[in-house]
Amino acid sequence: MGLAVFYILAAVILVSALFVVTLRNIFHSALMLIVCFFGVAGLYASLNADFLAAVQVLIYVGAVTILIIFAVMVTHQLSGKKIRQYNDQPVPAGLIIISLFLLFVVSLSKTGFEVVKSISSSPTVEGIGKALMTSYVLPFEVVSIVLLVALIGAIVIARKD
Amino acid sequence: MNIPIDLSLLYPELFLLVWTFVVLVADFFTSEDSKPNIGYLSLIGLIITAILSLSSKQGTTFYGAFRADTFGLSFNIIFIFSAILTVASSIEFAKKNLKHQGEFYGLILFSTVGMMFLSAADDLLILYVSLELATISLFILSAFMKRDLKSTEAGMKYFILGAASSAIMIYGISLIYGMTGSISLHIISLRLEEMLTLSPLFVLAIIFLIAGLSFKLAAVPFHMWCPDVYEGAPTPVTAYLSVASKAAGLAALIRIFYDSLQPAAAQWIPLFMAIAAMAMVLGNVVAIKQHNIKRLLAYSSIAQIGYVLVGFLGDSELAVTSMVIYMLAYLFANIGAFLVVIAFYNKIGSDEITAYAGLSKRSPFLAISMVIFLLSLVGIPPMAGFIGKFYLFSAAIQKGYYWIVVLAVLTSVVSLYYYMSVAYQMYFKTGDDDSKISIEPTLAVAVAIALAGTILIGVFPSSVISAVFGASRAFF
Repeated sequence: MGLAVFYILAAVILVSALFVVTLRNIFHSALMLIVCFFGVAGLYASLNADFLAAVQVLIYVGAVTILIIFAVMVTHQLSGKKIRQYNDQPVPAGLIIISLFLLFVVSLSKTGFEVVKSISSSPTVEGIGKALMTSYVLPFEVVSIVLLVALIGAIVIARKD
Repeated sequence: MNIPIDLSLLYPELFLLVWTFVVLVADFFTSEDSKPNIGYLSLIGLIITAILSLSSKQGTTFYGAFRADTFGLSFNIIFIFSAILTVASSIEFAKKNLKHQGEFYGLILFSTVGMMFLSAADDLLILYVSLELATISLFILSAFMKRDLKSTEAGMKYFILGAASSAIMIYGISLIYGMTGSISLHIISLRLEEMLTLSPLFVLAIIFLIAGLSFKLAAVPFHMWCPDVYEGAPTPVTAYLSVASKAAGLAALIRIFYDSLQPAAAQWIPLFMAIAAMAMVLGNVVAIKQHNIKRLLAYSSIAQIGYVLVGFLGDSELAVTSMVIYMLAYLFANIGAFLVVIAFYNKIGSDEITAYAGLSKRSPFLAISMVIFLLSLVGIPPMAGFIGKFYLFSAAIQKGYYWIVVLAVLTSVVSLYYYMSVAYQMYFKTGDDDSKISIEPTLAVAVAIALAGTILIGVFPSSVISAVFGASRAFF
């Protein structure tokens, strides 16, 4: 049952991701991106990572793609135009990707991961919150500075002078 | 770890962070004409941070995420010095060429804070986050002249390739976490020792980490962005990029590979050997054909990073020490060279090497400083670069890697040719214009500091070496 869910979700993610990079209308690409992100959220949910799944929907589906769609709609050169999304080097790129993929398959199959036997189905929010405020408080705080810097950067670059 | 959080270890970082906010707020109350004062304000903050760093305590805090030791301290000094010299060189440049000067200085300080956290990182998460803080600030700084096509191109290229390299690096980190179950550098090394054989996926993860960090270092084959970004970015930012950003990448590499992945040394030494050899050859050979001084220095910096990576071959105290010493020497020589480029650009408005014709007549001080910095980059005694190269090469020879030292010496000879072609333009060609070039006082002081660093480390190396030797003790 769990495995079947995984394969369905994986198929949804892969197919929608392929559409994202091949569709010629960038607005449609953005819509397919939403499907892809929902698939990833489903994957998290199937692994009992309830908080991650919720955040994935909230941030990636709710904020990131909506932002992309807004950007597409306010940019006159982009909306409704057909764009080619690939360059003139599909053959070398394809070869590199295929060999990289094979390399991954081989090394993944030869590596023994420690398998977590039982996943508790209790909510993870509390544990994540505690970890963020204790063991990982320093990265948490530094991330807030990163966001501030990104904000300043966006203003500096977008502001009319 | 009795006290989980001991803020007193972070005083230098916290002080600089608070000072950055002060700088950003002070910008609101400064009129457009007195913006250079914001630059002086940043300088004061950086100098106080340097003093605080030198007198700061050592230890581990934040649940083992943050480690203040002499290794981190010596890199902090490199970051703070490059920030000081960069800000000092920006004041005239920013007044003439930049808008939003307050944010410009603020972002330089933010980037320095990120690098200081990076050099003290003791787990992969804080290492990654602080690396992002340092580089995101630099993306924005590269694109700061947003009316200038080359600057926007630089920002765009740096941003897209930087994001891709971060993705590769974080993937490597996630693989390592998947296989060891920890992000703490110390625990990873313990798990690694327990493993009897290294799984192929672990080797892949190591390759990803090297690839992601080599991008920050601009080492071959991850150097494509470097010449374009260096050429397009505002020159003070280029100076900062070429030294501080590389030193940050190097600090992260040394932390990860000597602290954590040391048991897998047999796997990564050949990788570093290949990268070092390629960087030395490509950087030095391609630099010959450059006619823009910023591009020339970009390729020379690729070659310089090749020399530094030779240090990874000797996995010993001497190797880490030699890399720190080399970075110190490189700091003064490379920023010094860029300071001269900035001083020249402020008056002439050109970065072409041919425009340097007759500089020795127009400003003997700038010309002789440039020659000294370039000679130090080649590694000619008695400049600091000689000491750096001497220690690096002896670390490699100690382990029996003769061929790479021979290659390094040969490529150094090649570098002598293109560095000296700049000197040739300055001393033996005559330009159309004979008017004197004046230098503004802050920039002159910065050049003098860089000169003093270059010559003093070269003439009195023993005191620097003994100070830095404590730094490598953190790992052995």
